Amino acid sequence: MQEELIKNQETESYERKGSGLRKVKDVFHRMKKNKLAMFGLVIIILLVLTAIFADFIAPYDYSTNNLKDQFSGPSKEHLFGTDEFGRDIFSRIVYGSRISLQVGFISVGIALIAGVAIGAVAGFYGGKVDTILMRVIDIIQSLPDILLAIAIMAVLGPGLANLMIAVGIAAIPGYAKIVRSSVLSIKDSEYVEAAKANGSSDFRIIIKHIIPNCLAPIIVQATLGVAYAIINAAGLSFIGLGLEPPTPEWGAMLSGGRAYIRDFPHMTIFPGLAIVITIFALNVLGDGLRDALDPKLKQ
Amino acid sequence: MAKYIVKRILLLIPVIIGVSFIVFGLLELSPGDPARNILGTNASPEEVTALREEMGLNDPFLVRYGRFLKDLVLHGDLGDSYISRTPVVEEIASRAGYTFKLAVFAIIIAIVIGIPFGIISAVKQYSLFDNITMVFALLGICMPVFWLGLLLILLFSVHLGWLPSSGFDTLPQMILPSIALAAQSVSVITRMTRSSMLEVVRQDYIRTVRAKGQKEKVVIMRHALGNALIPILTTIGTQFGQLLGGAVMTEVIFSIPGVGRLMVDSIMMRDTPMVMGCILFVAVAFAIVNLIVDLLYSFVDPRIKSQFS
Repeated sequence: MQEELIKNQETESYERKGSGLRKVKDVFHRMKKNKLAMFGLVIIILLVLTAIFADFIAPYDYSTNNLKDQFSGPSKEHLFGTDEFGRDIFSRIVYGSRISLQVGFISVGIALIAGVAIGAVAGFYGGKVDTILMRVIDIIQSLPDILLAIAIMAVLGPGLANLMIAVGIAAIPGYAKIVRSSVLSIKDSEYVEAAKANGSSDFRIIIKHIIPNCLAPIIVQATLGVAYAIINAAGLSFIGLGLEPPTPEWGAMLSGGRAYIRDFPHMTIFPGLAIVITIFALNVLGDGLRDALDPKLKQ
Repeated sequence: MAKYIVKRILLLIPVIIGVSFIVFGLLELSPGDPARNILGTNASPEEVTALREEMGLNDPFLVRYGRFLKDLVLHGDLGDSYISRTPVVEEIASRAGYTFKLAVFAIIIAIVIGIPFGIISAVKQYSLFDNITMVFALLGICMPVFWLGLLLILLFSVHLGWLPSSGFDTLPQMILPSIALAAQSVSVITRMTRSSMLEVVRQDYIRTVRAKGQKEKVVIMRHALGNALIPILTTIGTQFGQLLGGAVMTEVIFSIPGVGRLMVDSIMMRDTPMVMGCILFVAVAFAIVNLIVDLLYSFVDPRIKSQFS
């Protein structure tokens, strides 16, 4: 099994040059058969477009108060109704997609860069470096990640950049561990030996040979990670540690609507739906990507 | 076995030291002066300086951390709250019961629903039951606890008026928070049980057991489940950690005076010792759960037991 895996990765590595595009096409071709995953992909594309063209899609400004129109239910003028300041909830959700996607992608970016670096160094060098890095990761993991994010937000205070940093740091251990185990499974393979014999520097070997060969699990983890980051960020805003009003963050909107849930439930239903649909899309896309990237896993 | 347990309990020490060091360091970086916070904005600079001296805030970081550790190890003391001036340990002890009950109820719900549904789904793979279960499991994973909690309140408290929407002392009060918190874990455990069972039931020894003419119930419950349990147990362990994190949101939504709620309130009030205590409490609880899970492995799989000696 192990040998077979290494052999596969070797041939993949040799084939990779000049065929990166073909591989992407292959994966996409396999994923196309998975209707649920494609559905997820379409939703994500729509969301990204919504975020980019929010100015054109949103009928109202997200922060303009209109006290005449407080708490109105869904109607032609206000698709999802208005909140306690008479702001259009649909417009706020549209602008909120910008924030949630930003937090999702950037915090995963932070976690990816740090996690991949830590995992690759620990796995590649082994020995004391590995022991020390992994002990630190273990200690960080001894806290549920949302708690770590809460602790970091407590220090940094509310704000978009801080939110991304907190959620990102909390997610580092997951990536570090995945990358480390992938590195361990390929670092003794022949093509890495060959690169060493060629006199390539460690840095070059890690960047050019090792990381490209453990991309599959990283991509899957990152896709699911975006979903997770969005939930965590919304959760932090919900308990008042994330973004502050009048920012149209979905979690913060839920938190704002909570006080009025008895009389105006539309204030909590729509932002929540936005979160759930986004998370759903990312989850099915992540599952589909996993199956497409590693057809052997699929029974 | 006893030796292994002692060793594992001793291993908690570096975890506590590590977590407390990281959190102590983090909180050290947080803005604001605790002495100023306690005295309020009207206090004179002299008063603030005096209080800083009294609280030992002027000592270097490592000295203060050393003192914190010494108090913790020698006296089980986590300091006093900056706000209420009561010992942190007492405050946490008075609230830990709520968080503990909430998390335990939720994990019980998750196990009692997740494992049977996962087993039936695996046994009847691709059946209507399986498909419906998997759709619900997928939905459960996408549903953040804070939204589900609000929806449950909306339906069962506001519209139907069946269950209270806050507190956690009587049984009716416990139902909604436990379900809200459990939902995600139910889904994860169901999916894990299903895939773990599917992997096992394809193996040769299961075919052998069937060939011997064993009843299907025994084949599934004893032979298949027995071997599928390890990954399920691991999932339950990690889920418990997630539940401790999710308890923070649940306590906020349902106004439950647990440790999670205490932590959020303390963060808002910049009550550093209290925040520290709450985080350490969760880390230790999580570590103990992981220890229990590891010990359970040996009951499920005798092969693991032999490694303990």
